Amino acid sequence: MRYLAMYIGTVLRAINSLLKGMKRTGYYFTHRKTNITQQYPDNRDTLKFGERFRGEVVMTHDENNEHRCTGCTACEIACPNGTIKILYKNVVDTETGKKKKAIDEFVYHLGMCTFCNLCILSCPTDAIIMSHDFEHSTTDRKSLTKILNKPGSKLMKGVE
Amino acid sequence: MVIVGMCVIGLFVMLGLTFVYMERKVSAFMQLRSGPNRVGPKGIFQAVADTIKLLLKEGITPQSADKFLFNLAPFIVIIVSMLTLAPIPFAKGLQMYDLNIGVFYISAVSSISVIGVLMAGWASNNKYSLLGAMRSGAQIVSYELSAGLSIVAIVALAGSMSLNDIVESQRTGWWIFKGHIPAIIAFVIFIIAGTAELNRAPFDMAEAESELTAGFHTEYTGMRFAMFFLAEYVNMFIVCAIGATLFLGGWMPFHVGNFEGFNHIMDYIPPVVWFIGKTFFLVFVIMWFRWTFPRMRIDQLLTLEWKYLMPISLVNMILVALIVIMGWHFK
Repeated sequence: MRYLAMYIGTVLRAINSLLKGMKRTGYYFTHRKTNITQQYPDNRDTLKFGERFRGEVVMTHDENNEHRCTGCTACEIACPNGTIKILYKNVVDTETGKKKKAIDEFVYHLGMCTFCNLCILSCPTDAIIMSHDFEHSTTDRKSLTKILNKPGSKLMKGVE
Repeated sequence: MVIVGMCVIGLFVMLGLTFVYMERKVSAFMQLRSGPNRVGPKGIFQAVADTIKLLLKEGITPQSADKFLFNLAPFIVIIVSMLTLAPIPFAKGLQMYDLNIGVFYISAVSSISVIGVLMAGWASNNKYSLLGAMRSGAQIVSYELSAGLSIVAIVALAGSMSLNDIVESQRTGWWIFKGHIPAIIAFVIFIIAGTAELNRAPFDMAEAESELTAGFHTEYTGMRFAMFFLAEYVNMFIVCAIGATLFLGGWMPFHVGNFEGFNHIMDYIPPVVWFIGKTFFLVFVIMWFRWTFPRMRIDQLLTLEWKYLMPISLVNMILVALIVIMGWHFK
C-alpha cells in the first residue's frame, strides 16, 4: 500500500513538473514580445546592445579633447596578445616648467584583439572602454591598427 | 483509384510543407526567436525552398551499403504512412476505405514502419545507423503496447472498431468528456505513446543528434532523406488524426448539452474543418512537447513504458470495462 502511494506520488510529481515546463514555453509562445532576436541588417539604426557588449577598445575624450590616459602601461602588461603598444613623448609642464613623460600614441591592433576585457579591467584611471561598434570588416589590413588618442589631445587635469 | 492516389500524394506534400513551416515557427516562438522570415511574407515559402533544394541534391548510395535494402527502406516507410491514412474519416463519407476493423488495421499497419527503419539502419552499414535503428525498434515495439491499450479503452466504450462507428458514437459528446477520468488517462497515455512511436523528442532516441548524428537516416541524402522526413511528419498527422477521431470526436462539431443556439453555430463550421482543426491542435501539442522537454536516456525510456505507462493503462482498461458494464458513462 505504501509502495502504491509512492508510485502514484511519483507519477503526479512527474506530471506536475512536465506541466511547469510546458507552461513556460506556452507563455513564450503566446507572448511574442519576449522575442529577443534583432533583425540586424534591417534595424542597423535602432540596434539594442547589452550593457557589457564588447565591440572594440576606445579611449574616451571629453569636449576639450582631453583623455584620462597617464601612460602607466597597465593595459599593455595585462594584454595577453600584445594588442596594445604605448609610445611616449616628452612634454614640458606649463605650470612647473619641468619635463614630463606623456603618451604620444596609444597603438591598438584590432586584428590581434580577442576582446577579453582585461585591459579595461586593469586600467586604474578608466581611460579606455569597450565601445558598441562591432562592424570591423575592412579590405585593408593597415586600417586594423588604430591610434586611440586623438591628435592634439592631452591628459586631463587631476587624473594623475 | 488513381484520383484518390493523386489526392493522397497531394495531401502528403501539403502536410509536409505545412508541418515543416509550423514546426520551425512554433520552435522559434518557444525559444524567443523569430523563425524563418526571409522567403516570402513571414517566410511561408521556406519549406518550398527546402524541398526544391532536397530535390536537386544528389542521391548518394554508400559503397559498402546493401544497395537493394538501402534503396527500398524509404519507400517502405512512406508506403506504410500512406496505408495508415486509408481508414481515417475526414468527414461524413469522406473516407478512402471503410474498414469494420479500422482502429485495429491502423495499429497493425503502423508497426510495419519499424521494419523500414531497421532496414535503413542495417543496410547503411554504419554504426550510428544501426544503433539508431535498434533503439527505434525497441522503442516502437514497447510503446505500441500502451498505445494499443489506450485505443482499446475507447473501442470498449464505443463498442466498435470501425472508425466511422466510433465517430458516430460521439454525436452526443466526445469520449474525453463522456468517458470520465479513465478516458482522460487513456488520452494522455495515447499522446505520450504516440509521440514515442513517432520517434520525436523527447523520445527521439533513434535520431539523437548529439550521440548518433542522425540515427537510421545518417547515410541518406537528397530525396530519399526527404522521404524519411516526410514520412515522419505524415505519421505525426496520422497519430494526431487517430487521437482526434477516438478522443475528440473526429469530424463531429463541439456541442454543449442543450444550448441549441451555440450548437447550431457550431454546426455551420464544416466537418472537415473540425477534423483538421482538432488534428492540428494535437500536432501543436506534440510540437509543444518537443520544444519543451529534454531527450530521455534509453533506460529511462523503457522504464517509463514498462513501469509506468503499461501498468497504468492496464488498470485503466479494467476501469473502462467496469464503466462500460455498469453503464456509468454518459449516453
